[in-house]
Amino acid sequence: MDTGSTAWIIVASAMVMLMTPGLAFFYGGLVRAKNVVSTIMYSFISVAVVSIVWVLWGYSLAFGDGNEFIGDLSLVGLSGIDINDGETIPYLLFVVFQMMFAVITPALITGAFVERFKFTTYLIFLVLWVTLVYAPICHWVWSGNGWLFDLGALDFAGGTVVHINAGIAAVAAAMLVGRRRNPGLEPHNAPYVVLGAALLWFGWFGFNAGSGLGADGLAANAFLVTNTAAATAALTWGLLSQFQTGRMGAVGVATGAVAGLVAITPAAGFVGVMGALGIGFGAGLICYFAVVLRNKTMLDDALDVFAVHGVGGIWGAIATGIFAIAAVGGTDGLLNGNAEQMGTQIIAVGATLVYSLVVSLVILKVLDVIPGLGLRISEREEDEGLDLVAHGERAYIRDGAD
Amino acid sequence: MLKVEAIIRPERIGQVTPALDAAGCTGYHYTNITGQGRQGGVEVFTGRGGQMVTRSAVPKTMITTVIPDNLLEAVIEAIINNARSPGEGAIGDGKIFVSTVNEVVRVRTGERGDIAM
Repeated sequence: MDTGSTAWIIVASAMVMLMTPGLAFFYGGLVRAKNVVSTIMYSFISVAVVSIVWVLWGYSLAFGDGNEFIGDLSLVGLSGIDINDGETIPYLLFVVFQMMFAVITPALITGAFVERFKFTTYLIFLVLWVTLVYAPICHWVWSGNGWLFDLGALDFAGGTVVHINAGIAAVAAAMLVGRRRNPGLEPHNAPYVVLGAALLWFGWFGFNAGSGLGADGLAANAFLVTNTAAATAALTWGLLSQFQTGRMGAVGVATGAVAGLVAITPAAGFVGVMGALGIGFGAGLICYFAVVLRNKTMLDDALDVFAVHGVGGIWGAIATGIFAIAAVGGTDGLLNGNAEQMGTQIIAVGATLVYSLVVSLVILKVLDVIPGLGLRISEREEDEGLDLVAHGERAYIRDGAD
Repeated sequence: MLKVEAIIRPERIGQVTPALDAAGCTGYHYTNITGQGRQGGVEVFTGRGGQMVTRSAVPKTMITTVIPDNLLEAVIEAIINNARSPGEGAIGDGKIFVSTVNEVVRVRTGERGDIAM
């Protein structure tokens, strides 16, 4: 056991945990003031629900031996894992680190259906989605006998497992829950958005630089390329906005940073700093126009989960196949003459898109038709706002009657 | 008894209230409001893309005071002199509305009319 690596992954796990409350504020600032508690709770409650699912059966389904497609129930309740098990880091620490990834992924989806999704149904959705969508895809990509792992798909820190997965599930959710009656025009709190993006950016160093599971040069490189890609994408987004509208909005720059972080996620252990500049620039450019295009569709993916996490994740997965250099992660990409890797990356993207979309649609459809559940709150409740309806709380109290 | 409601630029409130005191006004209240007049609305980003919308959300402050009839000209003078932009003034400096008030009652004593102001 390596104490240096163990210490770093303990800290990295805590940093990844902080991303989910960060996401809560990122999303919370983008909605209207009557739905901010609700939006924050969708993310925050995921820390509670998914943590329990993970230690009971989620981890076992994701990392139990099982077959190529899913783990098994041999590790239910983490039975049989001794506190001293592990090679460079304790096995239990790997469970914790992976738990934080499982927590944030369904929280990402909530951006699609904010301001109208029924909270009680959401609690059940969390359990089902982590069990039936997240755990299998996690197994495919990261478990030693997963089929995408065997195929050689490169996903260092979760481009497919976390971002493409959440992005396409967000499309399923937005389709089934339907458009908001009266979408607001402006984010109600731009500082919250920047606060949330800053916490995400910080936590992402744990997410990416922790994914090598060691305190070494690979972790340092992951940290550097993560920061570089986020910075490049933030600046790209801001400049596009400046040229197009004459102004650089803080919400746009924050979103650009997140798009860059998403795109570098699968690549962080395989590309160098020049590759990170390319990936960040591409993420800023592509996601910016993805958001513009989404606004022209009928799909009310309210906070652009697909345009940022889906599209950014797809770009990142493919860009990993373009910019990978053997000197970093042992595999070359297209620019270094290995065109084959691109094909593998595209298979991983396609498989994730199809499986997550289909199973997410089925889960949501079933929840919608079960009497007493249903996906959507009533029209009256939507007008009143979910903060009061679902949580009995108001975010900002300005009258003297408090 | 008259009610004077003046919509002014928010940053002028610190100059207008001392001027009202000086004009003999014994009380007023003000509130931050949003709306638009001849200057149009404000341009803001919608969502996170490169799209902007114009919203009628120009920030203004409305100050309200109830005064005896004989103070009217002094109060109007005080507001105009302190809320008008330097020089010729500018669109967006605001409006003053004057209306009659039927009754004023002091809560503490139940006194009515001019004496209650």
